[in-house]
Amino acid sequence: MSSKIPLVPENITPLPALKENEGMLSWVSSVDHKQIGIMYLISTLVFFLIGGLEALVIRMQLAKPEFDFISPEVYNQMFTMHGTTMIFFVVMPFLIGLGVYLVPLMIGARDMAFPRLNALSFWLVVFGGILLYYSFLTQSGPSEVGWFAYSPLSEKPFSLNKGPTYWALGLLATGISSVASGLNNIVTILTMRTKGMTMRRLPLFVWMILVTSFLLIFVIPIIASAFAMMLLDRLLEATFFTPAHGGSAILWQHFFWGFGHPEVYILVLPAFGIISEVIPVFSRKPIYGYEFVAGSTVAIGLLSLGVWAHHMFAVGLGNVANLYFSLASMLIAIPTGIKVLNWVATMWGGKIWFATPMLFATAFIIEFVIGGLTGVAIASVPIDWVTTDTYFIVAHFHYVLFGGSLFAIFAGVYYWFPKFTGRMMSETLGKWHFWLTIVGFNMTFFIQHFLGVMGMPRRTYTYHDFPYWGSMNLLSTIGAFVLAISVIIFAWNIRRSLKHGEKAPDNPWNAWTLEWYTTSPPAVHNFDLVPPVRGRRPLWDLAHPDQPDEPNAKVVV
Amino acid sequence: MEKLGGLFNPSSPEMEAMADLTYYIIAISIGILAIIVVAVTYIIIRYRKSSNDSSEPYQNFGDTRLEIVWTVIPIAIVAVLFQLTCSTMKAVDPPIGDHEPDIVVIGHQWWWEFYYPKSGVLTANELHMPVDKKLLLRIESIDVIHDFWVPELGRKIDAIPGHTNHIWIGAGEPGIFLGACAEFCGTQHANMRIRVIAETEEEFNEWQQQQLVVPRTPRSGIAGKGAELFRTKACMNCHTIAGTPAAARIGPNLTHLNKRQTIGAGVLTNSPENLTKWLVNPQKYKQGALMPNMKLTDSEVNAIVAYLEALK
Repeated sequence: MSSKIPLVPENITPLPALKENEGMLSWVSSVDHKQIGIMYLISTLVFFLIGGLEALVIRMQLAKPEFDFISPEVYNQMFTMHGTTMIFFVVMPFLIGLGVYLVPLMIGARDMAFPRLNALSFWLVVFGGILLYYSFLTQSGPSEVGWFAYSPLSEKPFSLNKGPTYWALGLLATGISSVASGLNNIVTILTMRTKGMTMRRLPLFVWMILVTSFLLIFVIPIIASAFAMMLLDRLLEATFFTPAHGGSAILWQHFFWGFGHPEVYILVLPAFGIISEVIPVFSRKPIYGYEFVAGSTVAIGLLSLGVWAHHMFAVGLGNVANLYFSLASMLIAIPTGIKVLNWVATMWGGKIWFATPMLFATAFIIEFVIGGLTGVAIASVPIDWVTTDTYFIVAHFHYVLFGGSLFAIFAGVYYWFPKFTGRMMSETLGKWHFWLTIVGFNMTFFIQHFLGVMGMPRRTYTYHDFPYWGSMNLLSTIGAFVLAISVIIFAWNIRRSLKHGEKAPDNPWNAWTLEWYTTSPPAVHNFDLVPPVRGRRPLWDLAHPDQPDEPNAKVVV
Repeated sequence: MEKLGGLFNPSSPEMEAMADLTYYIIAISIGILAIIVVAVTYIIIRYRKSSNDSSEPYQNFGDTRLEIVWTVIPIAIVAVLFQLTCSTMKAVDPPIGDHEPDIVVIGHQWWWEFYYPKSGVLTANELHMPVDKKLLLRIESIDVIHDFWVPELGRKIDAIPGHTNHIWIGAGEPGIFLGACAEFCGTQHANMRIRVIAETEEEFNEWQQQQLVVPRTPRSGIAGKGAELFRTKACMNCHTIAGTPAAARIGPNLTHLNKRQTIGAGVLTNSPENLTKWLVNPQKYKQGALMPNMKLTDSEVNAIVAYLEALK
């Protein structure tokens, strides 16, 4: 890859960032996308551990029927904070942070389009998280009304504590952050690509970040306005969501799910992006059907805007509305299925190297397909009437968000860690992490499908000793503790590898996208020189000048 | 083996239709999952890189015909699923037309009020209904959003303040069917249980007649003292007892409490002993419930229990 084909000089105007040898100040004051990206990843790891602890408290309380481990109030606080934390302070900022780090590198740019806005986005997430968790210090503790905060339960007459107010303020802050990073990504991707990096040659991870960013700027304003109305209701006696005073209880749900369903794709599309990078590299083949993988992402993004009321089939919107939302939701299975089949086809005929990133990517396919199939089932209105608000749904979305998003995140961490730090993660610990995650995850969540259809509602701090309920819940709780061990191993692997990991070469996986062309970790200015881009896999073209991906492509200098 | 509940024990024609649909779609899903699992397993075995092989495999970029095939097949599957969805909904959720509701269900934090407009019966937490009869329920809420759900009899339906919903419900066999609130509604969401008692037409009519009896208020003895305490200790600010000035509907109607199987919306089985425990401190059994600890003395509790047991 050090061949002397014409090289494109890159603009290296210095930015006020990354002062060497200034310790913490060089981080706090940084506007460098790599430093900001790493700060995103570290803060999400901290929130991941907190959210995981909350999950363990939940599972402890449910370990046996009529258990008295914690009070109902604390239980309700725990599931509220677990959901809010994992969605808004773990998966979402992790994927945004990964994008912040990788997008400029993958498109051969020096930084994001708006570096200061980028720093603002990150610090707003931290600020929002502190606001949210500050509510633990208030007299009655954090919000007890769930991450969905349905009105009128979240309105003042029914929730006099300060928790929901801090909750809404904290999420409003992260909402501003999300819109800002969405805009930043869109401008960066559309205007700062290196020469030759056409939209049709964009790495798929960047494609997915682009679609996600459009979703962010479309749907975050919906929920931000709902938060504003909720705060007006709670602080200034407005009555948007109070039926007793002429407001509407259902209106909140339209706002919430108008944001909330596209949010699912905000949480999972970048994960698809990670998988679409990892699988080809470890199969030693280009992605199968690039146009279809990218195009299906756009289709998912568009469809996701029109399916929100499938969260509301029990509300009584009428069967015409229900049927429309049912069909629209089922349609999402088609572009999603196309993706899965293209990943499988990419592996087919390859020479697959099952390093830890590839293990997680392969498991992702199976776990995500389980979550996707139950998703199609519950898009059918009568099945939703049976399963909604039960543990079946808890199982379903954990298969999507854990088996999907988090498995991809783990794959991504093992894949890019050498680039971020210049050191490899331990493969031995990685395999322990992988297998314990597989066992713990499926043990925790698979059984919950059955609990749900047997009649166990969600968000209940206690349950009667119905046949098999106790043993099934206990199994799930044991699984959660196995998962906890796997997470400890993961955190330990990160810590240990940072100090003692094997030194990583620039391109340890022999990958093909531009971030692997520069040093590990990259220099402040990213690239001394950006190699020419004449296809989707610039580093493949460099390594195989006799067999380029696009033999007829012209070199743009 | 003990009997599994919910979807595994559908006890109404509506629930049977929904269970059939669920099984059908789960079967299709398992088929699809099996194809993916077999393909991935085959790939793991067949295409694993051998350690001494550093050559690159054939670089295959895709095949548009194949993409079209695996776009069209899912479209066909979705069409089948949607058709099944439509036909099941038609069977389960027919239009209500100009039917008047047989029972009005009103959700409260954290108990259920059942009103039978045709007879005037007002009761709580235990819903009696004649077997083999399709009844129309009107679902309302007085405070926050709840959800009426009896897993073996049918669908969920939200109880929303300021918005009225209707569902059809019927039991195909006599028995007790347990349900619960399915929409998170606050601290004691877990203990907002429903007990449906499906019985023969005669039993149901007998129950309804009995519920309409206005009991004689005891004037003397310990029960008489209880009746007085009920008036003076703020019980009547929230509860109704027919034939007395107590007519509030903030808490459950207690007129025929002694005929119910549970107290506290399913927290305790109904017996004089449990009622005593409950009155000593309801917060111990249902923490956060809107009924406060009234700080009654033991003799006051015994008197009120005697009064409630004496209402016949």
